[in-house]
Amino acid sequence: MAQMNLLHAINNALDIAMAEDDSTLCFGEDVGHFGGVFRATSGLQEKYGKARCFNTPLVEQGIMGFANGLAAQGSRPIAEIQFADYIFPAFDQIVNESAKFRYRSGNQFDVGRLTIRTPYGGGIAGGLYHSQSPEAYFAHTPGLKVVVPRNPYQAKGLLLASIRDDNPVIFFEPKRLYRASVGEVPEDDYQLPLGKAEVVKTGADISLLAWGAQMEIIEKAAEMAEAEGISCEVLDLRSILPWDVETIANSVMKTGRLLISHEAPLTAGFAGEIAATIQSECFLHLESPIARVCGVDTPYPLSLEREHMADHLKVFEAIKRTVNF
Amino acid sequence: MNTDIYKEGPVVHSPAFIDGHSVEIPILKILKQDGTTYPDAQLPELEQALAVKAYEALVFHRVLDERMIASQRQGRLSFYMSALGEEATTVGGAAALEDQDMIMAQYREQGCLIFRGFALEDFMNQMFSNEKDLGKGRQMPIHYGSNELNYMTISSPLGTQIPQAAGYAYGQKLQGKDAVTICYFGEGAASEGDFHAGLNMAAVHKAPVIFFCRNNGYAISTPSDEQYVGNGIASRGVGYGIKTIRIDGNDILAVIKAVQLARQHALESEEPVIIEAMSYRLGAHSTSDDPSGYRTKEEEAKWQEHDPIARFKSWMIAQGWWSEAQENEIFARLREEILAAVKVAEKIDKPPVEDLVTDVYAEVPKHLQDQLDELKEHIKKYPEAYPFTAGRI
Repeated sequence: MAQMNLLHAINNALDIAMAEDDSTLCFGEDVGHFGGVFRATSGLQEKYGKARCFNTPLVEQGIMGFANGLAAQGSRPIAEIQFADYIFPAFDQIVNESAKFRYRSGNQFDVGRLTIRTPYGGGIAGGLYHSQSPEAYFAHTPGLKVVVPRNPYQAKGLLLASIRDDNPVIFFEPKRLYRASVGEVPEDDYQLPLGKAEVVKTGADISLLAWGAQMEIIEKAAEMAEAEGISCEVLDLRSILPWDVETIANSVMKTGRLLISHEAPLTAGFAGEIAATIQSECFLHLESPIARVCGVDTPYPLSLEREHMADHLKVFEAIKRTVNF
Repeated sequence: MNTDIYKEGPVVHSPAFIDGHSVEIPILKILKQDGTTYPDAQLPELEQALAVKAYEALVFHRVLDERMIASQRQGRLSFYMSALGEEATTVGGAAALEDQDMIMAQYREQGCLIFRGFALEDFMNQMFSNEKDLGKGRQMPIHYGSNELNYMTISSPLGTQIPQAAGYAYGQKLQGKDAVTICYFGEGAASEGDFHAGLNMAAVHKAPVIFFCRNNGYAISTPSDEQYVGNGIASRGVGYGIKTIRIDGNDILAVIKAVQLARQHALESEEPVIIEAMSYRLGAHSTSDDPSGYRTKEEEAKWQEHDPIARFKSWMIAQGWWSEAQENEIFARLREEILAAVKVAEKIDKPPVEDLVTDVYAEVPKHLQDQLDELKEHIKKYPEAYPFTAGRI
């Protein structure tokens, strides 16, 4: 085991993936010699050469189109979009191309070897264009897998699983935690399963569900609630698409209550999808309405970041309201 | 920092704008309409067997287009897109390539598939979206694809194949393959962001891809002079630092020559090449379109005189490689075969209901399996409402 921050863990996973398969490539804006603006790809160009780890022109549409072509050809591209806020110029290549390649060709062609890495989320004074959490847009698209790790251990295990998965995967990295989150990470190769949620802590009164950087928030709120005698079960969804209905439903059938929290705006956020499904799966077990604590329905502001965020205090208040319904 | 790229040109001391139209681009013409070649023309490498194969592909294409448009008018087919008048761009392109080269097309490039030997039944099964369609009946007619023939399945959104072709070719280069990628698109698609993205990516990363623009004058009803200003699409290639050539797209010998040289250059120099083939879409955009609303009969008649098939036929006959007797036989035979194939394909069953949920992911995930199971139960309850699948569950 080694102490790694989230970036080290990602870098380590990329290193393992590039070492094991000559056709694995890492590319994106500033990804080459510089190692990416966050240094996630540091050292890879030196180790694997400019042909396999390189800078691209500033063209997200081109990065994703190029990556789709490479994956269809049989290479294993790991494309970086520098910020999730800048994934939208590539939206068509992801939603209409990556996601539908296999289906539209009757499985004659696919881009299953494709992985898209992109830093997402707020809390870094990034304002409107460096703070978004766009996972819900992609969760609406059959054919993609969407994954969000919450700490270095998960980042490495889930990224290796994403790279080796036979489907295109969008891997959202919580950039607030890039250096802030440090933990024990095995130096060896390992994978964590995609599509499986994790029960982080068991409890009896309410299930709290989040993913990525938002896990810190609900864990902090859970501690506050526990101090007031409310027993919380804490769940990490980990994969947004496909998502683990069974683990969440089992938890809710036990606790009778569910609170979902995400950074992205409330309306049509992925919490809405979870709430609808769990309501249908667990209707007779629910003792209160499913609560959603999410970002305000505005762009992510710079000055009023704290107010906009679904922080631990807002979650804590919602826990009490739900339990005392 | 590499500042060598700031090459200094002639220096002036009073402002001098460069005119957007000032780049002069020659157009390669080899074959005249009467079937003779220009006196100083350099002919492509083209043996008799290959020439006959190409000519037969052109004829097949024309008969297929005629028959399928008729089938659409009879209500047997939902939709069709012909390539009337520009068949030489695709048949010629395929004739200049090797079988291992990938073809990434837009939607009017069935000529490449015909040349590579896509079976008549495969065309029909795709158009009638039946259970034998290689694409499992998921796309509109003419969205062909064949892994076996290295022809990437068509995607409707315009221009998306352009950056993909750059990536595909880059992968071929990295793996040391003796293969290139050819990427077809129209002058309309060249307005899409993907065009810029793809050309720039290919140029910077030195991908062995041949970008082939069919400049056929119209994008649905929008004429090319409302599509772009400047010297066509070829001038863009120059801007991206890509080797560029403009050719007469109705001259199959010019197409073959240009693509042969482009392939050689792409492979040897590991660089992209762009070809702009000047042609004309004689037919409608699709069976849902009516060109009489936006262009004159006179304009169409003028282009009829540049028919690429008639031009190649005259040359073939002059070579002694083709005869009127062969011509009559092949037209009659193909018309019959295609009609018969329509009758077979339209009677083949639709794909099974399971195909609704396969190939979304490599394996069917639980939520899709659940949705399929629920759907099957529903169909069993109302079999008359789902006649294609009810009896097969």
